[in-house]
Amino acid sequence: MAFSFPAFAYIVALITDAFLIFFSIFHVIAFDELKTDYKNPIDQCNSLNPLVLPEYLLHLLINVLFLLSGEWFSLLINIPLILYHIHRYYTRPVMSGPGLYDPTSIMNADVLTSCQREGWIKLAFYLLSFFLYLYGMIVVLIAA
Amino acid sequence: MSNLPPNPFVSQPGANANPVQAFNHNQYAQVPLGQLPPGYGGLKDNNSNSPLHGTISPQNNAIQNINNFNQSASSSPAFNQPGLVQGGMQGSPMRPFPQSSKPLNQISSPSPVFVSNPNPYTPNYQPQKQINDNVPPLVPPSQHNQPLVNGPPLAASMPNPTSSSYSPVPPLNRPPVGGYGPSSINQYGPAPNTKPSGPQSLPIQHSTQFPGPPLAGPTNIGTSVPPVSRNVGPSVPGPLNPPYASPISGPVTNPPISGPHMGFSVNGPRSNALPPNSAVEARPVGLNGPLPPVSGPPKQFSSANPLPMMPSVSSPPGQPYLNQPVSQPGLNSNIGSNVPTALIPPMNQNIPVNQQAGPPSGPTGGPLKSNMQSRYPQMPQASYNQQSAPQQSTKYPQQYNAQGLTQQMGQLSVTKQGFDQLWGHHMIDLLQTRHILPEYPEDPPEIKLGHQFADSPNCSPEIFRCTLNKIPETNSLLQKSRLPLGILIHPFKDLNHLPVIQCATIVRCRACRTYINPFVYFVDAKRWKCNLCYRVNDLPEEFQYDPVSKSYGDPSRRPEIKSATIEFIAPGEYMLRPPQPAVYLFLFDVSQIARDSGYLQVVCDVLMSNLDQLPGDARTQIGFICYDTHVHYYSMGEGLARPKEMTVLDIDDIFLPSPESLLVNLGERREAVCALLGALPARAAPAPRGPAPPASALGAALQAAYRLMAPTGGRITVFQTCLPTAGPGALHSREDPNARSSKDVNHLNPATDFYKRLALDCSGAQLSIDLFLLNSQYSDLATLSGMSKFSGGSVYHVPLYSSARPQHVRTLQRMLTRYLTRKIGFEAVMRVRCTRGISIHTFHGNFFVRSTDLLSLPNVSPDVGFGMQLTIEESLSDLQQVCFQAALLYTSSKGERRIRVHTLALPLASTLPEVLHAADQHCIIGLVSKMAVDRCVSASLAEAREALTNVAADALSAHRLAQNAPAAAPGLPAPAALRLLPLYLLALLKRKAFRTGTSTRLDDRVADMCSLKCLPLEQLLRLVYPALYPLHALAPPAPPHDAPCPPRLHLSAERINSNGAYLLDDGECMIIYVCHGVAPAFLADAFGVSAHAQLGDEGRALPRLDTEPSALLHAFIDKLNDDRPYASEILILKDNSPSRHLFLERLVDDRVESAFSYYEFLQHIKSLVK
Repeated sequence: MAFSFPAFAYIVALITDAFLIFFSIFHVIAFDELKTDYKNPIDQCNSLNPLVLPEYLLHLLINVLFLLSGEWFSLLINIPLILYHIHRYYTRPVMSGPGLYDPTSIMNADVLTSCQREGWIKLAFYLLSFFLYLYGMIVVLIAA
Repeated sequence: MSNLPPNPFVSQPGANANPVQAFNHNQYAQVPLGQLPPGYGGLKDNNSNSPLHGTISPQNNAIQNINNFNQSASSSPAFNQPGLVQGGMQGSPMRPFPQSSKPLNQISSPSPVFVSNPNPYTPNYQPQKQINDNVPPLVPPSQHNQPLVNGPPLAASMPNPTSSSYSPVPPLNRPPVGGYGPSSINQYGPAPNTKPSGPQSLPIQHSTQFPGPPLAGPTNIGTSVPPVSRNVGPSVPGPLNPPYASPISGPVTNPPISGPHMGFSVNGPRSNALPPNSAVEARPVGLNGPLPPVSGPPKQFSSANPLPMMPSVSSPPGQPYLNQPVSQPGLNSNIGSNVPTALIPPMNQNIPVNQQAGPPSGPTGGPLKSNMQSRYPQMPQASYNQQSAPQQSTKYPQQYNAQGLTQQMGQLSVTKQGFDQLWGHHMIDLLQTRHILPEYPEDPPEIKLGHQFADSPNCSPEIFRCTLNKIPETNSLLQKSRLPLGILIHPFKDLNHLPVIQCATIVRCRACRTYINPFVYFVDAKRWKCNLCYRVNDLPEEFQYDPVSKSYGDPSRRPEIKSATIEFIAPGEYMLRPPQPAVYLFLFDVSQIARDSGYLQVVCDVLMSNLDQLPGDARTQIGFICYDTHVHYYSMGEGLARPKEMTVLDIDDIFLPSPESLLVNLGERREAVCALLGALPARAAPAPRGPAPPASALGAALQAAYRLMAPTGGRITVFQTCLPTAGPGALHSREDPNARSSKDVNHLNPATDFYKRLALDCSGAQLSIDLFLLNSQYSDLATLSGMSKFSGGSVYHVPLYSSARPQHVRTLQRMLTRYLTRKIGFEAVMRVRCTRGISIHTFHGNFFVRSTDLLSLPNVSPDVGFGMQLTIEESLSDLQQVCFQAALLYTSSKGERRIRVHTLALPLASTLPEVLHAADQHCIIGLVSKMAVDRCVSASLAEAREALTNVAADALSAHRLAQNAPAAAPGLPAPAALRLLPLYLLALLKRKAFRTGTSTRLDDRVADMCSLKCLPLEQLLRLVYPALYPLHALAPPAPPHDAPCPPRLHLSAERINSNGAYLLDDGECMIIYVCHGVAPAFLADAFGVSAHAQLGDEGRALPRLDTEPSALLHAFIDKLNDDRPYASEILILKDNSPSRHLFLERLVDDRVESAFSYYEFLQHIKSLVK
């Protein structure tokens, strides 16, 4: 039973994906708190912004592994999200620090809802891909 | 208080020696002092407390240009800040009675203590007037309640202004063509043959009334009104406005007319068989039928019985409408209101023939601004046209004959219109209505609540306005109407009458924390139901107490229930920390450009002379920082004979050399402050010390200011003249001067978030930054404005400032004087609550949004307004009404925590036409302009412009949908409630903020956007569509008014007559435009020159001469200046001045090379309407 590189990639992806799921849960909760006035937007942005780049990088890491291991299908599924992340970061408001969220515009109802929706969609995506990676890992291991 | 001794108002802070003085309004004086419960001290808002109030207007008149506005006076710190509450006294700032032992004895009474307006308890209390008292009533009180658009009474009243000559039904759609006097007469020309001669002859022979009826004949005829239409008339209920009757009867007494009633009827004149007259009237007859029947015995018409009238009247189609609905009393009113309009035209005086018409104007001048006229502008216009016909023909050569004809022909379904009108659903064909702008200010549309709350006082429209006066029941209905839903608030407006209350517990809903207000429902004497969340709450025992009768019972007599705007003095639980003192810090740019501009001298002078007027109490602190490439601090602490300057060279890591002496108590260290203010300008003078560093380290200075002020909070005032290029927050020039007129404008977004982050820090520390940008070159206001935008400050922009130009100096002085002396609220938050189902989508203004409905406003000033876009989240169909409540919690400059609460209630609409016809077009413009600014920043200017155009197209498409009209229907019908939308939108597109194709400096554009974002509605509208008035023949004011009221003109060159003089008022500057053909006598009387050529190319001062025209002119200008924060600059231009483009470019109805004319814009919209 050889422990192939694809298998390694899937195992890493599984662990990373679990982190991503936590990230998006945190994201959803944070925006819910904003909506219900539990938190000050400045504080909330200060806690959200440092997490944006790590999330994107983790996601990128998975895909680099997939690329190297030649898991094209898994990679293909993730490409739209990568593109979205790049677009999102490219069009972020003028900020000196890292991050996406600007406390002065985040309370706009449109921004709030779209961010929250984004959180839910990502959560669903990461959950589904978690099972996909699990399946992929098993397939790779069995094939080996 | 020690620092304000010279101020008369403040000198009586706690104990007012002279009660009558304090309450100069009769009502107050009438309240026996003994009756007042202990807490009753300052019954009125601090604003109104001062004895000065009653005398303001006289004063103003005397002072002329500089201080002739109530606002500034009433908002002077003295008025507003009642002073610290005295020990045991319940915090009533200004007690009407001496602080003798008597009130003290009463203090023990169990009742909640009121520091409120006695008004509510006096018999003659008029809730309506509470807020607007400073405004001279435009409208007789009886008219206050008239529905604007809705309902039968309205319809009935419609005909009134028209007088017998007009059919009430179609007027809106139709001849408004004539709109504003001059051109109108000829419009009718083509249709009936005799016209031209007719109208002209009329006035000559007879009183003003005559021209009216005869003209009307033709009008109706022209439209070929089917007989059916007459039915409409009778169906209209006949309530009239009795008040009109009396004023009218005066003028009416012309010899031909046998009695006041007859005046209105066409028949009156005929019966008298006056030869000239009959000739005139033959016109209608000729068209419609034989003369004799028409001119039946006058009694027939004037008599009370409507039935006989029908048949007889029918021959001239015009009259039936009028006579029937109008019936007795109404008839008179027609005339009354009619006459004045007719007389208004300035030209009257020039034409000897018309002199006859003149006299009546005197007596009738009163109703000039009657509701009717202002609400239904077209009709008065039309009548005005008729009567001024002769004048037009002489003075206004251009006419719109063909157009008038087509317009009349266009009105086919008159019956339908009649019913529409009956229900307040007027329509206007925009393409055919040439004169759409009301000549006199219109009241905002009235809000009609259900019967349960029909009498409840609603919030004044000057404070709180909604774009739709009937809220759509569902979101889908709102989408169908395609109108923006939002509210505009001017929460800290200076008010003359504001009930102020102090009580132990402020009654609020336990669930949603709504303050109790006039629209709550009392379940029983002990419980009330919240009107926002519908929770049933208990009523505290003390709320039952009625302080006047000293009895328990009826809670609805409480001032909270009787006034929709109220102020509470907040108890301790509303404070997170002890109320902060007033702290002011001034930051002066002293770089080379600043020295060149010489602003510092002006600012220091104004500051020095206004030190006493700075709002504050004994704790007030003040400090100064200057900056060029370094930061200079000025220590004025104890023990220093002269202020000591300390310069910090390390601007990258700023620190405070001696934090304790940089901010000093104004009262204690006054000499030091004055010495510094005297010395500063000299220090920064150009010559002695060689050239100053060219760079300015604004960022570092702001950081220093933040560190200095963060422990207390307060206000930072920044005077900046150039682009900050040194230290933190340094910027570089982004503007490409060659691209100033290009289509796409870049760099509307900030270049760095340094200023925004700083503003957020400041906001957290209750600091607000106000920016005075006196730049002579690009200064990247888009970035710099962030410091004010997010800290609740304001931006003042004087482009190309130079102290060498006196007009700039004057503007800065006025601006600054107002700025320094106006009321201020510290550490404020504003929460806007909405009825469940509605939520706030976006906020507009300068603040930081701290949660979904909470704005953090470190400072709040009386000159800023806010806008909120709303969304309907759930169906409201089971509700009776929708309420909005804005609560502003602030610390007054006297260290009192106060809560100002405004409540607005609106009814619901279930159908599309209802929504459309209840729209408030002015408010829509206000909101849409703010949305467009956001769009510019978030997307692009082009998108914003497109969105603005679409606002009109969408609204009219929705209207077409509501009418079920075919897509290809002719014309461009619009509900009367939205008729001005395209006009204002076009003007908005030509504002500096949104225009393209014309060279516009980026800073000017951004400054304009800033002002659109945070100006109160009234000022914003004036800025968007300036008012143009003819000056050459100001009629003397009628008794109720103390200043002339000339009609407003469209901003179009066709209104500019070569022998007239005009005043264009955009709120910032009043341009007086004198044409070459103006009468020499007028020049001599008003300007003191004998010939046009002697006028300077650019006059800046209007001489005050001892002649009537000059007095009238000044009275008029003073009146205009009355309602703005500071008086406008006056600029006198000739029509051959090199800088006349300053005037001409404001004529926004006309086509310019890169933008549509109004008519083209309508065509464009028509092509977009689907």
